[in-house]
Amino acid sequence: MTRDQIRDEVLDILRDIAPDEDLSQLKDDQSFREQLELDSMDFLDIVMELRKRHRIQIPEDDYMNLRSMDSTVAYLEPLMKDIEKV
Amino acid sequence: MPRDFLKGARDRYDVVVIGAGLAGLTAANTLGRAGRSVLLLEQHYKLGGMATWFKRPGGHIFDISLHGFPYGMVKSCRRYWTAEIADSIVQLKGIRFDNPMFSLTTTFNREDFSKLLIERFQIQPQVVNEFFDAARGMNFYDDQQATTRELFDRFFPGREDVIRLLMEPITYANGSTLEDPAISYGIVFSNFMSKGVFTFQGGTDRLIQLMEAELRRNGVDVRINANVERIDCTGGRVRSVTVNGRTIEAGAVLSNANLKHTIFSLVGEQHFDRSFVDDARAVRLNNSSTQVYMALKADDLLDESTGDLLFSSTAPVFRTELLLSRNITSRTYSFYYPRTRPQGRPRCLIVSSTNARYEDWAHLPEEEYQASKRDLCETTLDALDKYVPNVRQRVDHVEASTPRTFQHYTQHLAGASFGTKFEGLAVSRAIPQQIQGLYHAGSVGIIMSGWLGAMNYGVIVANEVDNGLMKLSTD
Repeated sequence: MTRDQIRDEVLDILRDIAPDEDLSQLKDDQSFREQLELDSMDFLDIVMELRKRHRIQIPEDDYMNLRSMDSTVAYLEPLMKDIEKV
Repeated sequence: MPRDFLKGARDRYDVVVIGAGLAGLTAANTLGRAGRSVLLLEQHYKLGGMATWFKRPGGHIFDISLHGFPYGMVKSCRRYWTAEIADSIVQLKGIRFDNPMFSLTTTFNREDFSKLLIERFQIQPQVVNEFFDAARGMNFYDDQQATTRELFDRFFPGREDVIRLLMEPITYANGSTLEDPAISYGIVFSNFMSKGVFTFQGGTDRLIQLMEAELRRNGVDVRINANVERIDCTGGRVRSVTVNGRTIEAGAVLSNANLKHTIFSLVGEQHFDRSFVDDARAVRLNNSSTQVYMALKADDLLDESTGDLLFSSTAPVFRTELLLSRNITSRTYSFYYPRTRPQGRPRCLIVSSTNARYEDWAHLPEEEYQASKRDLCETTLDALDKYVPNVRQRVDHVEASTPRTFQHYTQHLAGASFGTKFEGLAVSRAIPQQIQGLYHAGSVGIIMSGWLGAMNYGVIVANEVDNGLMKLSTD
């Protein structure tokens, strides 16, 4: 997957987790928490969904990389570069 | 020959979950959905753990712990269970306090609490806001030394009445005290008091039925009357469980049994590091409870202005010692109206709950124990008469449960009805580092207590189990 495809994938997961939020205005360099009403269970759901969809393992110590869209995509890029977009 | 409750069970599962409390149920469901083969074992004949109910002649159904969970349950039920379950959650709007310091009714959300604190208790709006923000900003990696009492003294020095208003419901909800860490209060308080308190329409029995149906849809093998005797570990790794005399292999075992029971009885301390065993031994269990269950006669309907939850006390001030004493001064009444079970026969029931110490009840000789239970019923009826006039003439059925009752049905050590104190969380979390493939989820550390805490902790640990199983298959 390319960076853009990974970003789309994360957005798709966020849409499931926060169905009431408007994600079109999301600023990639700002933290999700500042812009969306996400709690720690929501971040856990992102982790579980990535594992379910793509068999990606994210250890707990790495959760902080999911702070913003930019940091999430940067973290996921090496893990997802060999995954085909379906 | 006795019935075989494991008939048709396989010899191996990806995950065996021990205990069907809300943490065990939710973990099993999450893992079933993730495509894992899951065996859920419950020693009792009902699923639910402390989320339970019982029936008595006359069409009465008593709920043990139904009233008063936080709004977060809606989101967790929608995500980890079903829309039908989430849509059955309704708010309880009549929350009352009655004690020598004040009597009031509130809808129990931040807005109403702020209004009460400012107008009635004459606290400066700025202080109220700062307090709410401080409580909400607390994280569980924060300072653990400060106690809840110190938190209150910082914002409301000398105001025993304010402390009582803010603390009494949390003590009811999770057994915590003014001596527990402030962060455990802050986390639970901001969950509870931001959007009110809620209940499940249809009763605990309907909730558990819906959960069981969903578990089966997700392929979870659910077994009741299945008492796990042992978790078998060799070479630092979990291998199997021994249940009803049968050995069943597992890639991972998730125990929703009491934390200390898991470590010291099911596994055995010889399988853990000495320092871990010391930490586990030092974990304090939370207190237990007594409850009195009272059903009104079939044609007698309670006036709904009586409220849904009533925190009553005759004690002049709020103190942990007074709350746990056998000389009861504080009772929390849950009033259940026919709307609790719109599908059932119209009945009104009242459950009175009081925190209690196991040791006060554990060793009473049988005769004295029965007499103490009768006394508990009688004194509760006397106290309730103030809120439900002539209650003694109006009741159809009255009975009491004690710490011994809770111990009997849940096998929790000392009948603990709120899991462990704060330090239990770290011990629970550290188990997989001690024994590969072994996990614990359940009521620990106060912040993982209550219906929402237990459910969410089940999801958190299920995530780790799934991750661990994936690692196992790729190694």
